[in-house]
Amino acid sequence: MSQRQLLQVFEQYQRARTSFVQTIAELSTRPQNIETLQNAGVMSLLRPLLLDVVPTIQQTAALALGRLANYNDNLAEAIVKGDILPQLVYSLAEQNRFYKKAAAFVLRAVAKHSPELAQAVVDCGALDALVISLEEFDPGVKEAAAWALGYIARHNGELSQAVVDAGAIPLLVLCIQEPEVALKRIAASALSDISKHSPELAQTVVDAGAIAHLSQMILNPDAKLKRQVFSALSQISKHSVDLAEMVVEAEIFPAVLTCLKDPDEYVKKNVATLIREITKHTPELSQLIVNAGGVAAVIDYIGDSRGNVRLPGIMMLGYVAAHSENLAMAVIVSKGVPQLAICLSEEPEDHIKAATAWSLGQIGRHTPEHARAVAVANVLPRLLSLYMESESSEDLQVKAKKALKSILQKCTYLPALEPLLHEAPPNILKHVVGQFSKVLPHDSKARRLFVTSGGLRKIQEIKSEPGSVLQGYINSINNCYPEEIVRYYSPGYSDTLLERVDHYQPVM
Amino acid sequence: MATMVKLQRKINGIKEESFNRNRVAEENRRKEHKAALLIQSWFRGCRVRAYLRHLQRKATTIQKIWRGYLGRMYFRRMVKTAYFIMKMNFYNVMAVRIQKRWRAYYVRKYVHNYYALKQYLEGLTMTNEIVRRELEEFAVIKSREQEKTALESGERKKDYLARKMHYLVSTEQIAGVFNSPYKLFPDEMEFRLRGAKPLSPKASRSRKNGTEGIVETSAPRTPFALPQIEHLPPIPKKKQQGPFRDPTEVLLQRYKPLEPTLRVATSITSVEEAREELKRKEWGSQVNDELFHHFSNANKSRRHELMLHTSSKFGHVDYGTKHFREENPEKLKGKKDFKRVFTTVQVFDKFGKMYSSAGKAV
Repeated sequence: MSQRQLLQVFEQYQRARTSFVQTIAELSTRPQNIETLQNAGVMSLLRPLLLDVVPTIQQTAALALGRLANYNDNLAEAIVKGDILPQLVYSLAEQNRFYKKAAAFVLRAVAKHSPELAQAVVDCGALDALVISLEEFDPGVKEAAAWALGYIARHNGELSQAVVDAGAIPLLVLCIQEPEVALKRIAASALSDISKHSPELAQTVVDAGAIAHLSQMILNPDAKLKRQVFSALSQISKHSVDLAEMVVEAEIFPAVLTCLKDPDEYVKKNVATLIREITKHTPELSQLIVNAGGVAAVIDYIGDSRGNVRLPGIMMLGYVAAHSENLAMAVIVSKGVPQLAICLSEEPEDHIKAATAWSLGQIGRHTPEHARAVAVANVLPRLLSLYMESESSEDLQVKAKKALKSILQKCTYLPALEPLLHEAPPNILKHVVGQFSKVLPHDSKARRLFVTSGGLRKIQEIKSEPGSVLQGYINSINNCYPEEIVRYYSPGYSDTLLERVDHYQPVM
Repeated sequence: MATMVKLQRKINGIKEESFNRNRVAEENRRKEHKAALLIQSWFRGCRVRAYLRHLQRKATTIQKIWRGYLGRMYFRRMVKTAYFIMKMNFYNVMAVRIQKRWRAYYVRKYVHNYYALKQYLEGLTMTNEIVRRELEEFAVIKSREQEKTALESGERKKDYLARKMHYLVSTEQIAGVFNSPYKLFPDEMEFRLRGAKPLSPKASRSRKNGTEGIVETSAPRTPFALPQIEHLPPIPKKKQQGPFRDPTEVLLQRYKPLEPTLRVATSITSVEEAREELKRKEWGSQVNDELFHHFSNANKSRRHELMLHTSSKFGHVDYGTKHFREENPEKLKGKKDFKRVFTTVQVFDKFGKMYSSAGKAV
């Protein structure tokens, strides 16, 4: 054979390899093909192609592997078992930027499924190679490396600690300052995943000076970037008072409140989460946010949104009101209670209703003024029905009962207590009757209203053990009225009257 | 002689007698000795007892007097402490009254200041209103921007579509799809098509690939890439005959823009200009143009100026100190002063002076 024919054999082989690897890469974008590919044994075929002479084939093979691993965790495990990772980690350090991107993509796809797989990735020494890639010039390489680090750190605290020990954080903070928006997004998301596990990790992130850069990006027009920035800030501030104070010192208020009106839903949710994590810690922080008008903004946000995204806003109102009665009064003055009442009746999910019940309880438990504001919004019958419904979850029932009890113990607004008198079970009825017994002895108009609305009749119908607290309350209410009225309304009075008719001697 | 014989006769008798008497006496000696001892001891006993009784009486007297003295002293001490306790209780009660009033004032003014809370809540409502209004404006602006961008991107898409499908434009002979003869006016797409520039084939091919960047397509290609569409060979430009250089090169060289070196580009007076610039900047950032002269106030004897805040008649409003509480000095006239001193007990003046002159005490 001539030399040319010999070379043609090699040409054909190379062409075949290239077309195979490119087709596989394209087929693996569609999920329905992946099962078939896996059964056909594509892993074992792709593995030697990673070591191919031609760089394009290497890169396309890595890309195909990454897409396959992305799809489900069995394939990712097959990659780990097939000892492909050490090769990838080695070439991550050596090869050109396109291969680095592909290798980082594969590592990320493997690490995202479970902590064990992420641990396997870490055990291959991927962290050092990824951190070195973070120092590259090309923004695409940095993005891929940061993404992989973020997925590794997402699972648990030990993995995050390993990422931090590899020295990733200062480089990630540098990445955040880069002009490319995609890189900023990924770096912010990685910082958020690292700092969410423990206060020490969050402190490490803060020590690298992340807060200043994150707070500069708050008013960036890109919505996905804002999501990640707010998520990162809220993960940092949730751990302790000091961290929350540092986040607040970055002067994000009141600029952050404008982001509550962002068109993107998840930006709003993350902003509300950030505000909630800050107000959770101390009354001073809550006071700061209230003074900046945060409560009004959050209440509007609750009114505009539906479903799960409302939850952080509702909890924020609860935390603010829980600290002190002045703050609870501030929440009431900002028209929070009608909004929460609407949430309580509108929302279908139990955990949101439970959070709303808790918040209302925190608002109404301080003084009679607060309890009156909550009762006027017609919340108490709704709380009672939530407590009584058998289909409410246990958590919802417990929270509704606690909220109801704490509001009732301070409520002196009788028109709101009346409906409860007719419907409540004995353990709640005790408190309702107790409140009546506190108010009625001093207010004559209320006494009159009590009789005409049928409350006195209901009181007489209540059965209770003599000597119990409930009986004591009933006696004190009965003592407010003349005996004839009490006897008139006691059950069976008509029977006793008729008996008297039976025994009566007519006067001739 | 007779007496001597009598006496001699008695001698024997005397001997016997004396012997008898001795014997009797000896026999009785013990008894009598004992009796005498008894009598003597009894008498001595009586004497001693009388002495002891006497002593006892004296001792009792002394003790009685001494106990009386102690008891009176103790009593006096008890009265003193009781008096002291009574005084302290009185003072405590009065102090509690003062503290009660002070705490009520303090709490109402500083801790749970109702009016401050009311003002704060009113201020808060106003802030909330402002924040709500601004946020609504912001939301409106944002939604308008979004609509605008959506509209613009829609327009661009339609224009791009028109460029791709420019062949659907209607001609004289054939009315296009968008130019139905049954309608009065052609569709808006028709107008777009008429105004669109046809898309060149190169532009249609340079569309973004999703995996662009991951695979290096600009790497030195293998000599055996996948078969591609054959391009037509380029139309060659007519080359001038002769030893001429490429006209593009020549034009580039002829119209090359001036690139002066840094030394040439800086002006001669750049140092002075820089100084001027610096001076201007400093002048602009200064607050006070006067130079600071050290120790210049030493020789000027200026009167001390009071603070505006406290001195002028438009000073700070005395909130709470002057009109928080009403004062009616007229109502207080005629009332007796508050008694600050408790009445003394005269007993104590005489303490230590009731006794003998030997018992003089201070």
